[in-house]
Amino acid sequence: MEILMILTIGVLFTVATYLILSKSLLRVIIGVVVISHGAHLLLLTLSGLQQGAPPLLGEEASAYSDPLPQALILTAIVIGFGITAFMLVLAYRTYKEHKTDNFDELRGTEDE
Amino acid sequence: MSMLHFVTLAPFIMAIFVPIIYKKFRHLHTGWFILPLPLILFIYLFQYLPLDGAPMETVSHSVSWVPSLDINFTVYLDGLSLLFALLITGIGTLVVLYSIYYIANKKEEPLNNFYVYLMMFMGAMLGVVLSDNLIVLYVFWEITSLASSLLIAYWFHKEKSRYGAQKSMLITVTGGFSMLAGFTLLYLMADTFSIRGIIAVADVIVTSPLFIPAMLLILLGAFTKSAQFPFHIWLPDAMEAPTPVSAYLHSATMVKAGIYLVARMTPVFGGQAEWFWIISSFGLFTLLWGSVSAVRQKDLKGILAFSTVSQLGLIMSLLGLGSAAYHYDIIDGTSLPVVAILAAVFHLINHATFKGSLFMVVGIIDHETGTRDIRKLGGLMTIMPITFTVSLIGIASMAGLPPFNGFLSKEMFFTGTLNSATLDVFNVGNLGVIFPIVAWIASVFTFIYCMIMLFKTFTGKHQPEKLDKAAHEAPIGLLISPIILASLVIVFGLFPNLLSYTIIEPVMQSIMPGLTASGEQFYVNIYHWHGFNTELFMTMGVIFFGSLLFLNQKKWQETAFYLRERDPLNWFYDNGLTGLINGSSVVNNVQMTGRLRDYFSYMFIFLIAIVSFMLWQSNALTVDFTNTTEIPSYMYLVSLSLILCTIVIPFVSKRISAIVLMGVVGFLVALLFVVFRAPDLALTQLLVETVMVVLFLLVFYHLPELRKETFKPVFRLSNLIISIGVGLVVTLTALSVHAYSYENPISPISDFFVENSYALAGGNNIVNVILVDFRGLDTLLEVLVLGIVALGVVVLIKFKARKGEDV
Repeated sequence: MEILMILTIGVLFTVATYLILSKSLLRVIIGVVVISHGAHLLLLTLSGLQQGAPPLLGEEASAYSDPLPQALILTAIVIGFGITAFMLVLAYRTYKEHKTDNFDELRGTEDE
Repeated sequence: MSMLHFVTLAPFIMAIFVPIIYKKFRHLHTGWFILPLPLILFIYLFQYLPLDGAPMETVSHSVSWVPSLDINFTVYLDGLSLLFALLITGIGTLVVLYSIYYIANKKEEPLNNFYVYLMMFMGAMLGVVLSDNLIVLYVFWEITSLASSLLIAYWFHKEKSRYGAQKSMLITVTGGFSMLAGFTLLYLMADTFSIRGIIAVADVIVTSPLFIPAMLLILLGAFTKSAQFPFHIWLPDAMEAPTPVSAYLHSATMVKAGIYLVARMTPVFGGQAEWFWIISSFGLFTLLWGSVSAVRQKDLKGILAFSTVSQLGLIMSLLGLGSAAYHYDIIDGTSLPVVAILAAVFHLINHATFKGSLFMVVGIIDHETGTRDIRKLGGLMTIMPITFTVSLIGIASMAGLPPFNGFLSKEMFFTGTLNSATLDVFNVGNLGVIFPIVAWIASVFTFIYCMIMLFKTFTGKHQPEKLDKAAHEAPIGLLISPIILASLVIVFGLFPNLLSYTIIEPVMQSIMPGLTASGEQFYVNIYHWHGFNTELFMTMGVIFFGSLLFLNQKKWQETAFYLRERDPLNWFYDNGLTGLINGSSVVNNVQMTGRLRDYFSYMFIFLIAIVSFMLWQSNALTVDFTNTTEIPSYMYLVSLSLILCTIVIPFVSKRISAIVLMGVVGFLVALLFVVFRAPDLALTQLLVETVMVVLFLLVFYHLPELRKETFKPVFRLSNLIISIGVGLVVTLTALSVHAYSYENPISPISDFFVENSYALAGGNNIVNVILVDFRGLDTLLEVLVLGIVALGVVVLIKFKARKGEDV
């Protein structure tokens, strides 16, 4: 299963990179969202996909899946969400002020 | 702190008080308050001279500065340091006196600046010659560069002054840095920064592979400072400084710092063929180049500047030729190369005296007539008789005519080069014939520019209409210093042995320590008349051909080379500097495009390059298909739909479809979390994805419709390649990590959390226990992140930029 997951993650990274390299603000933000998905899944995959019980002690199982990466990913999801939300609002304000979402047209003034 | 430390630091202390004096005593020229200091220092240093003929006793005192790095402020006074210290303080006194009358306008001139810089320079120069520690020497060395630039740009409202100051700064500081590198290499070899310590282990460090690099780096420093070819170009431009500065810095003291360094380092590097050839050939070429260039000049200070370059080359070449003395184990005063060292030291003193007086004289002419252009001057002999007399003495000495001291040193110079021609060391062989020939040609040109200076200025027709002022003799105050220097020229010329045992012998002792038999010292005797020998005929030839060429000057000076007054090497400096600036702006413009896409490309390309290089380098690339967990059949479906949804996102051109697809990807990830037994993650992912989609939908109303990307095909292809590269690198790394972790299993720390979640924290949900108990700090800061984001969002939305304000 790990190999399958890693290949999927590779596709996520490829697409995310392609999106980040584009010129439109919205596409870049979607790219960032996708790349964070890739990172979260990578974290989970590389810590081992044992087929244990969910990390809840009440389950009385002999083996649990690793709880630490889950805690790390949870933190990362929340932070990624915060950043994305902020970027969205930033994109919104940028468009309000400059009437464009194209990076080529957001290159700053001549004297800079 | 000894008296010698105080000698070094006194000018700096004085510099602190100069502005106060300047403010408090406006009616009296600030220079009068400065004057006693160099005089006292000179008298103090004078008493170290071995006047009784006994060998000079060296003095050394040390004060800790940074003992842990072996940097101590150690002062060391031997013959060489004493000679330079006497020159610095002695000529310093005369220059201060001269400057009082030269910069006489108390109201308009910023005298406090002038004397602060001058004192700074004097202290730094004393520090250079008295320091035994290389790092301390370097510190003082850089202060001389700084003070020199400040003094050159004293009239900073002039474009040319600033140009000259920048040029001298750039060139000398470049040399200074390389010298520091050379000192560091010396430290690595000798394990001490003390010059005496290094000399003591000189025979060991000769064998080190760092020896030649250290030699070259230190020589670069010495050559830039002492205006050796091709670094001499800063010196003629430094003539924009006030004349007392030119007289002091750019003839007598600072430009000799490089000479000092070479002389000081001779016991370490001398005796090596590289040292011999580099110094003597560069010196001789500088001598020739400087003397030929000086003839072209139309400005008196220009002539003197190139003359200084040429004479510095002479001294340098003599030091190089004399380093052959190290080839002999024990030598006496009559050994062939020793004469070269003797001539170098003697000419060093002579040059300081006559060049100082000549600069001062030129300053007087400038001061009294308003010009230094030889095409405008003429017939000043009867108008300025004293100035003329002083000039005549200085010029005759510079040209090497008897009975002045220049004659003696020039004769010895010829002896030195003739001796070197017969050396049987360093593969000199037939090449040695070049030395006396070059020396002779350079002397002919020296003679020509001396004649030009003398006759164009003082004889011929007086042309008052071309001058700004009515020419008249200078006030006595201006004349005192050049008269003293000119009398020294005569005294040293007539009684050269006044110098021989008092100063020249100790100097030679310190340039060539350990070469005399123990208890012995060098015995120097300089004769005015030494019979009809080759040197005398060479001098006669110089006078004959020099006069011939001078009289026919019109005929040969019309050639293209001689019409150009600026040194042709300036072209390289100017174009090099502008080329450097333009080149960096070209590089900058190519690289810093202002496009986000380009910067991301750099980052991704380097990421790909570095990671794949490391994978290849450490042979880490392994793919292991065996140690994997079983794949449930539904996983293919989930993965496939995830891959499909993701791949489609870049191709949709409707923003709503892009957002929906992004949402689907998020929910599929949540599904994967369910599959991988992570209920909390799945819950959070679902919630976050929902909120995110809502946010996107809120914003999307305000964003324009997605357009088709209009990249050029090249960019489109490179984007594709970069993204596939990133995906590939991530995949390969992940596969390698996976394979590695199966081969080298490590028991995860999570076992501790599983065991102790209930026992220590009283919770059954291990993930939540980790978040709020075991690793609660992460959570705290994550909450902080959310808080900051919320505040940022509010600020972004609430606060609008006013019109005209830059966003």
